[in-house]
Amino acid sequence: MLEALVSLLPDMVVDNAAALLVVIPLIFAGLCVFMPNGRSAWALTVLGSVASAMCALVLLQQVQAHGVVSYHLGGFAPPLGIEFRVDALNVLFLLLVAAIGVLAAIFSWPTVSAEIQREKHTLFYAAHLVCYTGLAGVAITGDAFNLFVFLEVSSISTYVLVALGGTRDRRAFPAAFDYLLMGTIGATFFVIGVGFLYAATGTLNMVDMGNRLALIEPGNRAVVAGFAFIVVGLGLKAAMWPLHQWLPNAYAYAPSFVTMFLSATATKVAIYALIRFIFTIFTPEYTFDALTLSWIFAPLAMIAMLVCSFQAVFQTDVRRMLAYSSVAQVGYMLLGISIGTSAGLSAGMFHLVNHGVMKGALFMAVAGIVLTHKGTRINDFAGLGRVAPLTMTAFAIAALSLIGMPLTAGFQSKWTLLQATLDGGWELAAVVIVASSFLAVIYMGRILQAIFFQAPVNPRKVRQEAPLLLLIPLWVLTLATLYIGVQADWLIALTEAAAKASFLSGGIL
Amino acid sequence: MSPEMLILTVLAIPLVTAMAIFALKAVPDLREGATLIGAFSLFGAVIWLVASMGGEPPSLVVGRAAPGLEFAFKLEPLGALFALVASGLWIVNSFYSIGYMRGNRERNQTRFYICFAIALFGAMGVAMAGNLFTLFVFYEVLTLSTYPLVAHKGDANAQRGAQIYLMTLLGTSIGLFLVAVVWTYTLGGSLDFVSGGLLAGKIGPVEASVLLLLFAFGIGKAALMPFHFWLPNAMVAPTPVSALLHAVAVVKAGVFAIMKVAIYIFGADLLSTTPATDWVLGVACFTIIVSSLIALTKDNLKARLAYSTIGQLAYVTAGAMLATEAGFLGGSLQIAAHAVGKITLFMCAGAIYVATGLTNISDMRGLGKRMPWVFGAFFVASLSIIGIPPLAGGWPKFQLLLGAVEGGHAYVAWVLLISSLLNIAYLLPIPILGLMPPKGSPEPAPYKRPEGAPRFVVAAPVLTAAGTLILFFFMGEIAAFLAPAMGGA
Repeated sequence: MLEALVSLLPDMVVDNAAALLVVIPLIFAGLCVFMPNGRSAWALTVLGSVASAMCALVLLQQVQAHGVVSYHLGGFAPPLGIEFRVDALNVLFLLLVAAIGVLAAIFSWPTVSAEIQREKHTLFYAAHLVCYTGLAGVAITGDAFNLFVFLEVSSISTYVLVALGGTRDRRAFPAAFDYLLMGTIGATFFVIGVGFLYAATGTLNMVDMGNRLALIEPGNRAVVAGFAFIVVGLGLKAAMWPLHQWLPNAYAYAPSFVTMFLSATATKVAIYALIRFIFTIFTPEYTFDALTLSWIFAPLAMIAMLVCSFQAVFQTDVRRMLAYSSVAQVGYMLLGISIGTSAGLSAGMFHLVNHGVMKGALFMAVAGIVLTHKGTRINDFAGLGRVAPLTMTAFAIAALSLIGMPLTAGFQSKWTLLQATLDGGWELAAVVIVASSFLAVIYMGRILQAIFFQAPVNPRKVRQEAPLLLLIPLWVLTLATLYIGVQADWLIALTEAAAKASFLSGGIL
Repeated sequence: MSPEMLILTVLAIPLVTAMAIFALKAVPDLREGATLIGAFSLFGAVIWLVASMGGEPPSLVVGRAAPGLEFAFKLEPLGALFALVASGLWIVNSFYSIGYMRGNRERNQTRFYICFAIALFGAMGVAMAGNLFTLFVFYEVLTLSTYPLVAHKGDANAQRGAQIYLMTLLGTSIGLFLVAVVWTYTLGGSLDFVSGGLLAGKIGPVEASVLLLLFAFGIGKAALMPFHFWLPNAMVAPTPVSALLHAVAVVKAGVFAIMKVAIYIFGADLLSTTPATDWVLGVACFTIIVSSLIALTKDNLKARLAYSTIGQLAYVTAGAMLATEAGFLGGSLQIAAHAVGKITLFMCAGAIYVATGLTNISDMRGLGKRMPWVFGAFFVASLSIIGIPPLAGGWPKFQLLLGAVEGGHAYVAWVLLISSLLNIAYLLPIPILGLMPPKGSPEPAPYKRPEGAPRFVVAAPVLTAAGTLILFFFMGEIAAFLAPAMGGA
């Protein structure tokens, strides 16, 4: 099927898919600024996202056929020129970002119209496309410094997007400012780390860097320091506990659309960068055996899973609750990574994709309620099961998936994760996964009970669903949750290939 | 139809019924018709399926969720028994539900019948599950579909009870049961139900012990103490739902799962060499005695019956943990015998409630004169639960006694005897006080409904009470039918 799609596209597009994936949204972002109104900017956003997603599919086909796609920007050969490099690992993330990008673009129209001032619409869409460009760029680039640039592109546009929530709730301004400070520190740490590695290896190309690092004797202090800076910097971006402080406020007060898009993509891409550095630029032998990374990541991940789930139980605002849950879920992914086995990494990435899908659905549903009922406190959700059954059923399915009900994506990823921990002999981690799931039952149970079994606050009898443009992407994500729940072979094949690619390429390519 | 097709049909009928109920929600008579047709055709399909079972149990793999996680179905004798009991009692329960729900003018009846049908779907899936994963999935379907039923009334009390119900069942299943399933997969390399035990010879006593404890407490539906409290709390549900929980599907699914795990995952040999088997047996015995004692103190009829269920179904767990052929057999027979007896008791309690609004036993003195059929049925079913021949409950107790002695657990025999005495003490006073009140006791309150209990509501328990008598004479055949499943013992 993929081949058929690729054969339909002109050769020029197929050959340059890697570049187009990033360049198209960037150009469209520029075009958005000149659009006369929000509607045409929105149309451009959808168009750009779809085109970019097509490129991601083309890349998937090429990776499956040839293994690695290396694209030389401007025709300059690496390691001197900048390289876009797609292998089984990052094609997974490109697909995630692109798929969420398309759905988010469709869903953006009703919620952006309601929450953002009319004269800012064109700029809002431009900023979103820039953010998308940055995230896709991080996932696709094969150059460490270029990765920093894309990271900043996405971050700076995110600060703007979060701050735009200030028209609805002024607390968005301090939230955006906090995020700006923390994000800048993270980016600085990252670039310092890259600097150290550059000093030690004399190259910025990731593959080249990996090859040269393999030749440097293990105790080199510059390399160790560089690695530490990079892990902390990316950990900040990925909201790794205890570097997550910016996230709950940013998610709670940003415009609904921004929260949804970021929750499904931004932290995920940062985790991708972490995986890239830990597994392929450095080798698992180096990071896990010599630097004992497991002993740093696993405790932090487990603390996040317990503490943040626990904090989620006590939130009164639904979006804050989901935000704390996100930090906890990042813990699951890091836990999978920290096991240091191929199965663990695969399980972590599997959960990462699943979490992107289900958290995206949850935040979309919440956005629908913000749109029609104006409230995000748990009390505001009372009785909505009758008022907006379609929206709330989707919410319930995604919530059950987050808990880990069978027949949903969440169950599948918990299953593989549990299995990876037990295979690795990490019984304690299995216990923590279970305890955290139990907390998820409590915090999700609270809101589900409010939705379906409490009487509405203002007993209006009217049915009031979210608009169709919101319901369609919401249900696409919900059905995806269910589909992955009953048939995940294809996705597991992708994550396993990604994990294998990370382990194989470690330092030898 | 081939057995494979029949398996799918059995799964499809409750789902189609649920859809039909939804489609017909505007016309209550047709909607109830859909429930009844669904119940009858399900029972028919199950009988057909069981009749077509030849030597090899029919099995079917529907699909694969992920590597190692297959949706597989396999009908072996124990599951066939459970499916027969659940689908057969659904018919009786449906008639009863219609009478009860209409008699009480309950709201949200469409949701009620839909959830009921989905719960039956879950029960059928549990009964026919071909591996632990499928069993787990349908176990959760059962939990989720019964939650709205327990919360049916929607007031604060019902919500609280339902919340405890959901939290306990989900918590134990995700917290312990799921871990046990995953671990089984890691240790055993698959999740299939293998006669003689999947894990036999693969694990040491320590692992087996931990795993067994995870299963025994993780299958919260089996209501082993200390995870029994959801059951009394679920008493807020309408009576037909209580009957469903206790007799037809939920607790039954729990003890059935324990039985399956004991027979097909562990196997008698591994169980008898696992230290934790004795501990779980001890917990089951503790549950039997303590819950009976608590039942004695309850004046609310449904609460008393709830504690009775906890004790009676701990018999099944105890039977599984005896790890002898007689123990397995006794436990399995208890599933069927208790189902028929307990559904009668609950339907009687519901009939009394519909007619008079009474829930406390102390208010029911002399009521039997006005409701002779109901109290007569209650009396017969009580005798069956106590275990007096020629009623169904006698057989399993006899087998369990045999198993206890064979397995060298003499104290279990004493527990069973004491339990029977306690059963007499908490069950028999109810019909006796109802039918023969002491002189001078006040006249019972007048009927809430002038015409008394609806006909369906009275006929259903009388029918099942007669069933306990009939079942007694078929127990031998059922035992012979089950024997191949117990073979590994």
